[in-house]
Amino acid sequence: MPKNIRIIPRLDIKGPNLVKGIGLEGLRVLGRPEQFARYYYETGADELVYMDVVASLYNRNSLHDIIERTAREIFIPLTVGGGLRTIEDIRNVLRAGADKVSLNTAAIKNPQIIAEASRKFGSSTILISIEAIRQTDGRYLAYTDNGREHTGVEVLEWAKRVETLGAGEIMLTSVDKEGTGSGYDIKLTRMVADAVSIPVIACGGAGSIEHIGQVIAEGKADAVALASVLHYDFIENNRVEINRENEGNVEFLASRKTFSKIKPANLHDIKDYLHKNGFQCRGSINQEMAGEHTA
Amino acid sequence: MNIPHNGLQIAIIDYEMGNLFSVKRACEQAGLDVLITADASVIMSSDAAILPGVGAFGDAMDNLRRLDLVVPIKEFVKTGKPFMGICLGMQLLMSDSEEFGYHKGLNIIEGSVVRFPAENREGGKIKVPHVGWNKIFQPSSEDLTYWNESPLKNIMSGEFMYFVHSYYAVPSDKRAVLSTTTYEGTQFCSGIFLRNVFACQYHPEKSAAEGIKIYKNWASAIKSKQGYGA
Repeated sequence: MPKNIRIIPRLDIKGPNLVKGIGLEGLRVLGRPEQFARYYYETGADELVYMDVVASLYNRNSLHDIIERTAREIFIPLTVGGGLRTIEDIRNVLRAGADKVSLNTAAIKNPQIIAEASRKFGSSTILISIEAIRQTDGRYLAYTDNGREHTGVEVLEWAKRVETLGAGEIMLTSVDKEGTGSGYDIKLTRMVADAVSIPVIACGGAGSIEHIGQVIAEGKADAVALASVLHYDFIENNRVEINRENEGNVEFLASRKTFSKIKPANLHDIKDYLHKNGFQCRGSINQEMAGEHTA
Repeated sequence: MNIPHNGLQIAIIDYEMGNLFSVKRACEQAGLDVLITADASVIMSSDAAILPGVGAFGDAMDNLRRLDLVVPIKEFVKTGKPFMGICLGMQLLMSDSEEFGYHKGLNIIEGSVVRFPAENREGGKIKVPHVGWNKIFQPSSEDLTYWNESPLKNIMSGEFMYFVHSYYAVPSDKRAVLSTTTYEGTQFCSGIFLRNVFACQYHPEKSAAEGIKIYKNWASAIKSKQGYGA
């Protein structure tokens, strides 16, 4: 029996806002993260990921209030990443309400933090985010700071090493594909998924429902992270509160234009598609309400 | 110390393993007032107790011993008051575990804790830990009494719950098995219900509305002053 695939909305956060960019550059403000998170929870998200996309750059951590408000009303696993450098940073984020943390820069600089954190908080709490960029010679190298900083570390070697050090999961982002809507990097995902026995979450590039099926079937992903596909669907179908006083470029949101390569979809559509194509996953709320329950 | 408004006190046992806050929030959602505590006298005077936990079995037992909590937990269970074990907190109730060597557990429920095999029957690699949503089923379709008297009443057999674990409990007495779950061809015990003890391998506090329902069922059993197995 194949395992159940997890669909994980990924919310990139800058200050108080949900943002989205291309190649993790050029951020657009989309709205309030809690508003999107609640909607995804109610429509059957399997987990949520919050990423503080500028924390690492400016060395700050502004997520705590958002985490606390989210954890009070959302009872599915919440992973938080971005700018976590020390065991104390991890403890604080878990205390605020996160269930898992995602580490990248801190782990690359000091791989022993993976061993220490997984011993302290449990392997399943420690997710390692790998940001991969394909080189002209075909190799994949790991980057930090949302693809800005070169590390010289080879993705495959790093993935095996983080597993040995005690990481519970890998979130594998193709920086080349991120925000393009042209599909996941199947080759990259397959390479890492075949090499490790911890779950791999594919991230970066989804532009349609079909791309999700592809990265599960061909890329062997255990879970998929989604941003634009879900966010744009939410914006199209819901009134989004725009906070013009806060930081960020809100012109994109005000214009209501979606990025042409993205075909928006909601979690019900995605789960239905997966079921129809022979993948297993936790059903959408609609299906459950349709009468699977014995009252 | 604050006196809870409903006069009931629920202890979440804090032995420095994992995140207790999501358990606390789920209890609050179910209308329970909770105290996170490592104080044996507070635990003993509580109306119900929860042993949560994420991490390694050996480390967890070391912490329970260091904090002098082994005897109080066993004594608490003997009082017959409602007791819930979650994830590692379920595994710790067993006699022993093979995680990183051999470790003795609390021995409240006879049986062992074992690891998922590395390969499935077809020889394919199994991803361990088992992370994600999976279905819980009643072991037997004939007798629903056991299920309906447990905190799983009004939860559908086949409902999805959220799991994160590499090991699972194997109770010697199969009658203690409340629910089973299958991962990559391995069917394991995902829930135990024995007298006043309810334990689950999954995290009901992370299992959306159906998981919170389990907390609510447990809470109403406590509030009815009957508890379980009374």
